[in-house]
Amino acid sequence: MSDQILMKGNEALGEAAIIAGCRFYFGYPITPQNEVPAYMSRRLPEVGGTFLQAESEIAAINMVYGASAAGARVMTSSSSPGISLKQEGLSYIAGAELPCVVVNIMRGGPGLGNIAGSQGDYFQSTRGGGNGDYRQLVLTPATVQEMADLTVLAFDLADKYRIAVLILGDGYLGQISEALTLPKPTGKVFEKPWALTGAKGRKPNKVASLRLVPESSLEELNLVLDEKYKSISANECRSESYLTEDADYLLVAYGTSSRICREAVNELREEGIKVGLFRLITAWPFPAEALREAADKAKKILTVEMSLGQMIEDVKLSVKDPERVDFYGRSGGMLPETDEIKRRIKAYGN
Amino acid sequence: METKKFKYIYDKPEALVDKVTHYCPGCGHGIVHKLLSEVIDEFGVREKAIVVAPVGCSVLIYDYMNFDGCEASHGRAPAVATGLKRVNPDSVVISYQGDGDLLAIGTGEAIHAANRGENFTTIFINNAIYGMTGGQMAPTTMENQITATTPTGRDPMDVGYPIRGCELLNSLEAPVFIERCSIYDFKNTLKTKKAIRKGIKNQIEGRGYSFIEVLSTCPTNWGMKPQEAADWVKDTMVPYYPLGNFRDN
Repeated sequence: MSDQILMKGNEALGEAAIIAGCRFYFGYPITPQNEVPAYMSRRLPEVGGTFLQAESEIAAINMVYGASAAGARVMTSSSSPGISLKQEGLSYIAGAELPCVVVNIMRGGPGLGNIAGSQGDYFQSTRGGGNGDYRQLVLTPATVQEMADLTVLAFDLADKYRIAVLILGDGYLGQISEALTLPKPTGKVFEKPWALTGAKGRKPNKVASLRLVPESSLEELNLVLDEKYKSISANECRSESYLTEDADYLLVAYGTSSRICREAVNELREEGIKVGLFRLITAWPFPAEALREAADKAKKILTVEMSLGQMIEDVKLSVKDPERVDFYGRSGGMLPETDEIKRRIKAYGN
Repeated sequence: METKKFKYIYDKPEALVDKVTHYCPGCGHGIVHKLLSEVIDEFGVREKAIVVAPVGCSVLIYDYMNFDGCEASHGRAPAVATGLKRVNPDSVVISYQGDGDLLAIGTGEAIHAANRGENFTTIFINNAIYGMTGGQMAPTTMENQITATTPTGRDPMDVGYPIRGCELLNSLEAPVFIERCSIYDFKNTLKTKKAIRKGIKNQIEGRGYSFIEVLSTCPTNWGMKPQEAADWVKDTMVPYYPLGNFRDN
């Protein structure tokens, strides 16, 4: 294909953000996502945008908060320990209903951990690492193409629902180079009458999460947010089912570990074993109905993660007969192995 | 019949909402809110002004200002102001912060926004205490001052000396205006207004970062009557925090 180009995941994501109309980026260096700020620092000035290296992750997410409050399409990126520092800001962003895109190119943890790819932040991403009753949309790309495509989608979803959209990648996806076709802008336009653009010909706008008084109670805000979250859950679940229709065994994974699972599925199919793969594209909302359907006939469901078991909780909550659910994971920056997946599936027997 | 026409010679600023504030009697916030709103009206920039509220007693400032307002998490007002201003350089952005906000939890954001020469204006209210949470030690609490968390008085050997914000920022190259004022009497209140006017003017002219520290009162948490509190600013705070201009480029 003539329109295909070779790009690193982190750079494809950066270019896709610019295609989506992102003109403001605030971030702080951390491995393995450094290609994103480097790319944005070069590209944003070319398109009239602003790149600013913040003094900390905390400052960066609060600059995102300010830029979003002013009505801009804005992004920050980081990796696991840096994303931890942004959690307070994400909670405020949820409370003030500000749209933004936050990229987490996950590395091993806890603590400083290491700089290899990991999927140890599933809980933090889907349960909310900040305080209070809130949710955020979580997209889980598995290829460089998807890093780009889901970034474009992320900006539209953020504006549509006035919510933070998290792109949950990992160090392997960020660093890998693959061919991709750059996505096109969607052309969708979202009015932002709530933005802080100056009280000209209107009443003053306020961007805030503080609710102290009974006439505008916090519970009222919580219920408004809940309606929004229900609407997102009903409309934005995304997943891919690969060879699941006749599957005796089902693998469930997302991101880099789903690529390894797909290879295992192909090799096991060649041996005549009926295995399928259910891959998350949104981790929140969790595609529970689609998984329940894909897992309906499976004798055994193997959840594969680059962690010691986080997504498995959502898998168990989603499927009928959760005792069918088994787990295989590697952590600390290690990758699950195709051979081990195959060995386990074969060991289930009939 | 001819009606006698009266003309207002002193009216409520348009930029100030006509409502009762939650501030205690003798608190300095109300005075500074009014000075800010008068200056906003003088320059005719109410329709492009955005106030960034801190966490602290003035967290509700956006309910009192008749222009756009943005809440910030504790200490992060300079980062939020940076985002707002970078998106709309034509807006007039004020980060309004207290002493705990600016010199304890948000020291990093305060120094770096000033160091980048961000084109917004900071109004820093220094009343030597955490007001909203009930009178705990602030980074600017005076030596030997009794607070909820220094029951025997602030001991510098244990928790350090009070931090001087203007002097700290004055070591940076970028800020164009740094001044410490007070509202403990009428004369100084007028000086404070003049400093705020300069800080807003600098921003409108795109000249860069302005920092106005206001030595203010907290009679409730100091355990004083309003006049005693005003005297305490003059007699106890001013000798340690000298009033005056540090920079006017």
